[in-house]
Amino acid sequence: MAQIQETIAKLMPEATFEEGDILQVCVPDVQWHRLAKELKENPDLGFDFLVTIVGMDWEDKYGCVYYLTSTRHNTHISVKVKAESRENPMLHSIADLWKIAVIFEREVYDYFGIVFIGNPDMRRLFLSIDWKGYPLRKDYDESPENNPVTTENERQSDFTTTYVENADGKVEAKEVRVFEPNDFVVNIGPQHPATHGVLRFRTAIDGETVKKIDVYMGYIHRGIEKICEKLTYPQTLHFMDRLDYFSAHPYHHCLCMLIEEAAGIEISRRAQVIRVLMDELSRIASHCLFIGTYCMDLGATTMLFYTLRVREQILDIMDKTCGARMTFNYGCIGGVMQDLAPDFVQDVKALLEVLPKNIKEYNKIFTGNVIAKKRMEGVGVLTREDAINWSVTGPSGRASGWACDVRKTDPYSIYSELEFDEVVRTEGDSMARFKVRMDEMVQSARIIEQLIDNIPEGEYCVKVPKVLKLPVGHWFRTVEGCRGTFGIYLESDGNTKPYRLKIAPPCLPAASVVDHLTRGSKIADLITIGGSLDYIVPDIDR
Amino acid sequence: MFNFSVLTNWIDSLLRSFMPDWLTVVTECVLIGLVLLTLYSVLALFYIYFERKVCAAFQCRLGPNRVGPWGLLQSVADMFKILIKELITLKHTDKFLFALAPYLVILASMLAFAVLPWGNGLQVINFNIGIFFLIAVSSIGVLGILLAGWSSNNKFTLIGALRSGAQMVSYELSIGLSVLTMVVFAGTLNVVEIVENQNHLWYIFSGHLPAIIAFVIYLIAGTAETNRGPFDLPEAESELTAGYHTEYSGIHFGFFYLAEYLNLFIVSGVATLLFFGGWMPLHFPGWDAFNHIMDFIPSVVWFIGKAVALSFIIIWFKWTFPRLRIDQMLALEWKYLLPINLVNLVLMVLVVVNELYF
Amino acid sequence: MEVTTKSMPYEAWKDNEYIEKLVDELNASGANVVVGTFDKLINWGRSNSIWPLTFATSCCGIEFVSLGAARFDMARFGWEVARSSPRQADFMMVAGTIVTRMAPVVRRLYDQLAEPKYVIACGACAVSGGPFKKSYHVVMGVDQIIPVDVYLPGCPPRPEAMIYAIMQLSRKIKVERFFGGVNRQEKQQEFLKEHPVEGVED
Repeated sequence: MAQIQETIAKLMPEATFEEGDILQVCVPDVQWHRLAKELKENPDLGFDFLVTIVGMDWEDKYGCVYYLTSTRHNTHISVKVKAESRENPMLHSIADLWKIAVIFEREVYDYFGIVFIGNPDMRRLFLSIDWKGYPLRKDYDESPENNPVTTENERQSDFTTTYVENADGKVEAKEVRVFEPNDFVVNIGPQHPATHGVLRFRTAIDGETVKKIDVYMGYIHRGIEKICEKLTYPQTLHFMDRLDYFSAHPYHHCLCMLIEEAAGIEISRRAQVIRVLMDELSRIASHCLFIGTYCMDLGATTMLFYTLRVREQILDIMDKTCGARMTFNYGCIGGVMQDLAPDFVQDVKALLEVLPKNIKEYNKIFTGNVIAKKRMEGVGVLTREDAINWSVTGPSGRASGWACDVRKTDPYSIYSELEFDEVVRTEGDSMARFKVRMDEMVQSARIIEQLIDNIPEGEYCVKVPKVLKLPVGHWFRTVEGCRGTFGIYLESDGNTKPYRLKIAPPCLPAASVVDHLTRGSKIADLITIGGSLDYIVPDIDR
Repeated sequence: MFNFSVLTNWIDSLLRSFMPDWLTVVTECVLIGLVLLTLYSVLALFYIYFERKVCAAFQCRLGPNRVGPWGLLQSVADMFKILIKELITLKHTDKFLFALAPYLVILASMLAFAVLPWGNGLQVINFNIGIFFLIAVSSIGVLGILLAGWSSNNKFTLIGALRSGAQMVSYELSIGLSVLTMVVFAGTLNVVEIVENQNHLWYIFSGHLPAIIAFVIYLIAGTAETNRGPFDLPEAESELTAGYHTEYSGIHFGFFYLAEYLNLFIVSGVATLLFFGGWMPLHFPGWDAFNHIMDFIPSVVWFIGKAVALSFIIIWFKWTFPRLRIDQMLALEWKYLLPINLVNLVLMVLVVVNELYF
Repeated sequence: MEVTTKSMPYEAWKDNEYIEKLVDELNASGANVVVGTFDKLINWGRSNSIWPLTFATSCCGIEFVSLGAARFDMARFGWEVARSSPRQADFMMVAGTIVTRMAPVVRRLYDQLAEPKYVIACGACAVSGGPFKKSYHVVMGVDQIIPVDVYLPGCPPRPEAMIYAIMQLSRKIKVERFFGGVNRQEKQQEFLKEHPVEGVED
């Protein structure tokens, strides 16, 4: 860390540093782009993975916190940049360096109204064009009269704005066309069986070939980040279940760990083992459903029923212990809500017995099928560089040869003691993404096998103060959700409620990369690619 | 075997005894129309129930079992519902063509019913180009689908219709050629004669290799022709919501829904006719006792039984395979099925000329 | 008249007063025998063939998928013919949160459904906004934009609860009247008059 600080200090004498878990650099906006370029391209630094951009409203100024990771050196850094004026906040865009930054910056623009100079596409991301105000600003007026619920169709524009800086430093807005005037644009979604929820693709097609896709999000934008600012820490937990409802446990785990870390709470080993067990069980359940729905998208409906069989078995286990089938709300600050059900061990063992047989069956029915192979192999190839550039993590990133499993690169909880392989494939096509998930189920089963006989005795939840106050500061934590790297940024002003809680979901990059992957392929491939990326829309929109 | 022509001739002479000729013909036409309509709806209802049950069995489910005994009345309830469902008229559509399309589709499958050999002597018309007529009328269906997609003025339906057009026109070739192969073998286009010729042995056995190849190709092309999985691209649910009939509601949609199942029956009926002896019982040369026992099963049961068994295979396809992509589907037809078919036709000619069949 | 469905005793239902009120209304309006018989036949068909629209926004949608799977198997009741096109569906299960941006879409989907059409508000979010009560972008109850027939609480409701809700809907359809005024349809018209959409004639 000291070495990185030295290198940056040499380049940028104005930069100030803040020590912490992750080194934080503060630079003025004018120098930010130069630093970003250096951070990415200098081989000694090599911060090529943009984890997230956290928009911030520090009462006096708006700004952003950028989280970067070096895939080569496995180091982390964060950069804090403040916009100079509060009335008309502007920052320089890094969209030319990281492709995913286009979307991340649009999100910040949508929430805070910070304009990014040089971003080619400065539209709102989640809220409709006519939405008044920027909701995550601290002075946002939430009264429903401002933005009433309407049944009239939202306004649609074929133009987007980009802000360009002239030679004399003046910023100008320019109109840019999204689609050509004579493009045949088909609207896929928001209510469409293949978009896995309410995502909307405006697709320009030429016959059966896809020319361009414009992704519209926000049809299930529930404003969780803003709600969290109004709730106490234990209350914020249950929203984690409702983001990506398949990886409820890992997400819960993430926020619990983050709050425990901030409050300095040590949890018992039993609770840790239970959490990891639940994480892995939900990973199997999630991948099961992925296989099912993916096959259904490709037209093989029957597979869904075979995979749901295993999922139901896992849900039964969860049901007995957590008391719910989907939104468990099981983890809590200090451990887990309640102890394991008496026949948990026995049920899990029964599951482990049938799982290999089922996986074998899935491979027999689907993976080896000629049509399935033809539909998936070589379709939507994502190279390793692109995967990093677009921040596509999780199984989809690993299918492109990028070893990005947080459980390995940055082990949390008890993962460092466990034996399991990180499944990495190099093809990068839809088939690879499918197979990685298939193999990850086996690895998850391996982890469960190691733990199931060794659940230590002890208390499942340590005592925590009734009213939890976190010290002033900020924390960032990532875990491996079922769909990729899930991060939470938490800033506290010493109160019982978070000052800012930013969720960095893995599905947002996955949905953004669809346009890049589908150019020039067929409409049917759009379904294949979208399905194989396995995004969950409430996770994208939050 | 009971010959139904005895019965039909008796009805004919009975009518003629007290009616003038022209009235007899009119009455008979009306009667046949009514019988066909009833048969049509009953078959469609049965097929919907059948598919739902079969699909449930493949998916480890129970399928409909609440409405009526074993859920038998489920599709009847569906029919009542769909009959009185609102027919939505859309603003920016070609209203005449929009309304015409479902009738064209249903007409195509209905006309094909006329030449199917339902039983011994049980056939609406018997004329010397029966097979030709069958192929001709079954192509009307694609017109209905194209019209439906185009007149709805909706991008999804248009893509669905165009896909369907490309698909049906291509696979018509394979169907035609594999039927032609069998016609070469049979030496006639007359449906009744084709069935009679299979008295000693079904064509799939007597024609051995070329007949089996023709059958496999026919089955693949027939599945594509009925727009069923894995060739259900025109109505690919995950891509085009409901394909060409997205904008249809009520009974108009019901017509498309029924026609899909009726076409399934027709495709398997024609396969039965060409490869499995139509209504002809299973006969083996030399096994006289066996042949005699087989004759006790009524011919209607033979025909419908065989057709349903073949439909089962096509339903099986649908619930097993993933869907093909449009270019792959066309490649399958033009690059594989068509050349194989042509070679197979030559092979069949050689077999017939050299009398290499059983 | 005891309105119930197969293998469900009348006493097992939780809200019989409501149905009894509807039945009284139905009896009071009076109809002749022939029309009454037709009504019964039509209601039998309608109540036994309720095709859902494939529509889901979040967690509840996944439970709806589970409902179709082998464990709960809604095909037993004939509900498995999920149509993707609203023109062909009978009811809409509003499964999941409806946000402000989605509201026009939901309304349009509802307008596209062919009569007779029904709506089940499925899950806490669709009923009242649920856990997102404090949000700036969530519609607090889908009944602000479309008329709702059955409210189904839960977050998400279990598949068993979904079966119960659709059975309730089926029971409600049984006491409709096709010839002459229909209890429910009139209310629906009132609702639509109160919540007009520009350019759409109801």
